[in-house]
Amino acid sequence: MSRAAIRIGPEDFDPAAELAALGSAGAVASFTGHVRAEPGLVALALEHYPAMTAREIARHAEEAQARWPLLALRIVHRVGRLEPGARIVFVGTASRHRRAAFEACEFLIDYLKIRAPFWKLEERGDGNRWVEAKESDDAAAQRWGR
Amino acid sequence: MGRAVNVLYFAWVRQKTGTSGETVEADAATVRALAEHLRARGGGYAEAFADLARLRAAVNQEHVPFDAAIAADDEIAFFPPVTGG
Repeated sequence: MSRAAIRIGPEDFDPAAELAALGSAGAVASFTGHVRAEPGLVALALEHYPAMTAREIARHAEEAQARWPLLALRIVHRVGRLEPGARIVFVGTASRHRRAAFEACEFLIDYLKIRAPFWKLEERGDGNRWVEAKESDDAAAQRWGR
Repeated sequence: MGRAVNVLYFAWVRQKTGTSGETVEADAATVRALAEHLRARGGGYAEAFADLARLRAAVNQEHVPFDAAIAADDEIAFFPPVTGG
């Protein structure tokens, strides 16, 4: 079994440090998500269901390790209040070859989007509103055979 | 007598019910029956559970359909479709 590191919490992360921790065995792929700046958006507040988040992410990390020959993977997901431009999520994967690293990284971020129990409340100048799930995210899940 | 289950609410479901969680005694064998029991309380609960198509559920931290069975002491969560990442 490859190394998997998973962190969920309010703390920011350093993408360079995360990449370095994935090693140098051949191929490292990563995805970093930021809060998009949109007109009127002051901040996002991310809420989650901690016990379920931990289980869902661990399960998908195991599934990625079973499907691709990974040497390491790292997942960081922030919660709490985040302003536009702030980092929200990091997924990094390491393998001997690029295809496994790319595919496993994309699989993991797609699953974080559609299965992990996080919710986003937009704080706007004229009030707050919950971000609705997108159908395109369901389509992304189907791509991985579910 | 009914069974006691631990119920959790997240995002706007939590805002409408006014609580993040509670123990509920209900004669409900499925998630759907529990949701209908909660809706019948009226007020914010009626709003939260007005349209089950807008909600998702988990039993003991696993995503489940509304027809899933529930047992005493289960942890049952109601929430909107997730928006992570």
